[in-house]
Amino acid sequence: MLRQRLKRLELTDIFIYLLGTLILGVAIIGSIATLAAGKYAIRAWFDLVVFGITLGSIYALIALGYTLVYGILRMINFAHSEVFMSGPYVAYFFADAMGKAGFVDQNPVLALILIFLIAMTSSTLIAILVERVAYRPLRHAPRLVPLITAIGASFFLQYTFFRLFGSNLKVYPEFKFLSASIAFGEFKLTYLQIFVVVVAIILMLALHQFTQRTRVGKAMRAVAADKETAALMGINVDNIIVTTFALGGALAGAAGVLYVLVFNQISAFMGFVPGIKAFTAAVLGGIGNIPGAMLGGLFLGVIESLGPTLFLDGLGIVAPYQLKDAIAFTMLVLVLIFRPAGILGEALTEKKA
Amino acid sequence: MSRRILLVIALATVFALAVACAPATPTTVPFTPPTDALGVVKLGPSDPVHIAYMLVTAGADATLGIDSRRGVELAIEAKGGKLLDRTIKFDGQDSGCGAEGGQAAAAKLASDATILAVIGSSCSSEIRAGGPALSKAGFTVISPSNTAPDLTDPAKRFAGYFRTAHNDKVQGAVAAKFALTQLKLKTAATIHDGSPYAQGLATVFADEFKKGGGTVVAQEAVGPDDKDFKPVLTKIAAGKPEIIFYPIFVAAGGLITSQAKTVAGLEKVALMSADGTFSGDFYKAAGNAAVGMYQSSPDFSAFASGYATFLTAHQKKYNEKPLSAFHAHAYDGASLIFAALEKVAVKGPDGSVYIGRQALRDAVQKTSGFQGVTGTLTCDANGDCADPKIAVYQVSQDNVTKLVTPDKPFWKP
Repeated sequence: MLRQRLKRLELTDIFIYLLGTLILGVAIIGSIATLAAGKYAIRAWFDLVVFGITLGSIYALIALGYTLVYGILRMINFAHSEVFMSGPYVAYFFADAMGKAGFVDQNPVLALILIFLIAMTSSTLIAILVERVAYRPLRHAPRLVPLITAIGASFFLQYTFFRLFGSNLKVYPEFKFLSASIAFGEFKLTYLQIFVVVVAIILMLALHQFTQRTRVGKAMRAVAADKETAALMGINVDNIIVTTFALGGALAGAAGVLYVLVFNQISAFMGFVPGIKAFTAAVLGGIGNIPGAMLGGLFLGVIESLGPTLFLDGLGIVAPYQLKDAIAFTMLVLVLIFRPAGILGEALTEKKA
Repeated sequence: MSRRILLVIALATVFALAVACAPATPTTVPFTPPTDALGVVKLGPSDPVHIAYMLVTAGADATLGIDSRRGVELAIEAKGGKLLDRTIKFDGQDSGCGAEGGQAAAAKLASDATILAVIGSSCSSEIRAGGPALSKAGFTVISPSNTAPDLTDPAKRFAGYFRTAHNDKVQGAVAAKFALTQLKLKTAATIHDGSPYAQGLATVFADEFKKGGGTVVAQEAVGPDDKDFKPVLTKIAAGKPEIIFYPIFVAAGGLITSQAKTVAGLEKVALMSADGTFSGDFYKAAGNAAVGMYQSSPDFSAFASGYATFLTAHQKKYNEKPLSAFHAHAYDGASLIFAALEKVAVKGPDGSVYIGRQALRDAVQKTSGFQGVTGTLTCDANGDCADPKIAVYQVSQDNVTKLVTPDKPFWKP
């Protein structure tokens, strides 16, 4: 079998494998050099990994939205980054009012629950709206058309929020109970970090149970596998598609609230970069694959946090954090070179052609 | 015969006298409008004097641009809204504190030939991108808040560019001196966001800090739209700096401030930012983590006596204190333009006015000993007109609660 594969190897394949090996080599040499120099204590590495997991969980939740829609409709929902942004943006007005009224300090848990509900509802509504207005009329159009529409919807939402609600700085009120931290020995974790990861895991588990154990979940998997046959089996494909968008939207809304809890500021353009990163994460884990999206998100988050220090500091590169996005995407390229379908991805050409 | 000759002579004399004493017909010297190497703008009797702005008036740094715009509006009001017997028309473009916004705004302004001068830009990154377009259009550009050193570097400067804001060579030195002599600290770290302003200022600070005997343990860079600074702060913490100097803008600066105290190893580190964050929006973004931090900014207490009048007028017109640090510089920039316009305008016979663009630039260039609100302004050959006085302020709980910038400097060099 190896001989067969070697025979089918073309020049481009060889070049790509060489490139992949080169990237891997640089990463390994850099890591060894950094760890050998011993400049950073274990505490620092622990902190970097924790930051990475926290951010990665948020990326994972957003990535689930991309992967769900791709599985069902075979299209990338570029407007998903604005669905992510719109949840906390709408909830901001309530949060700001609650903060000014002192409600956030008196009853933070209730305030937080309310914010989550408002954000998840708004995101879901925006997602359903985008599906109805931008995607459903183009269900049978060639593949490129919904893609362009998605990008258009994304810009439309960004600028509508920007102009409609004012472009000045908007900051979320602080939830003091989340700023406290617990320590075990030398290592400290803030409640916020624990909260983000726990909420993300709960939501991902809930989604998993939903798709595997419920009737609607089974219908979603059926539509993802083969739309026409599912329709023949009596499944209302339109409703399932709306449900998928709604699910993705709700998860993105929750991710949005977690994101602003960590970073406090919201703006109409804040969805763009996390959206791209989450889409990358979904591809990295295998587009269309739910556990893959989760894995991809965590992987990307940790690489972003750890990568610049681990890989580049040992090579003597100054100010490596300017390159953190470059590193994250280079890792994506690396994974795709050796696993073209993503880490957990299926070979789409064979199964779903 | 002799009587006939006498008659002729008499007639000739009378005729000669008549011609000599006849009332002179008014010979009008034809009026030639002035010529100018960059072109002449003709303002008809009813045309306004058009001054434009290129400032950041939307987004996270909006306070910077709106504050400068208000400075110009007050200068116009001080002139009674009129110049050269015409109304002053003042409008402009938002430039977004970035290269793309600067480029777009400059292109829009350059296409309007009625503009005589531009007050702008707010951020050094904007003018880096949009400067060539404005310079080519012949405008005179005076910036109230560009501080990057290389903008007035003779090799890189755009023709027609001036600024009433300080050059960051001064600000970086003052900040470094403060850390070394007042706080008596030996190790520092800097963070910039890749913009010309931040990079320039951080570099000057690092160089001056090293020259003064200190050690710079880390010179890091981040992106202006980055949100997660904990990894880069963790990396900086490994070098154990005593002060972190991050001369960036409101959004990123606020996040660094709020995240720095939660990073292991940085609990006691001193935080210092610069004039890009000198506004209430920054305290909103940073929250209570900003209390006790330092900020370098123009020294308002050293401004001229006209500043008190300015503040009263500002309070009356806008019902609040100035939003950021460069309102007075914008006022002075506008005053310089108005003075130069009055000097170079040539009045035509039909009530029109001719203004040569190069003549306007030369008039601003020759400014010397001009009594402005920020001090005495003299424009040097490179376009630096400011009378730079920088001070260091400390942020109090009151500033954060009320979202207003400190009034009195904490330390002066």
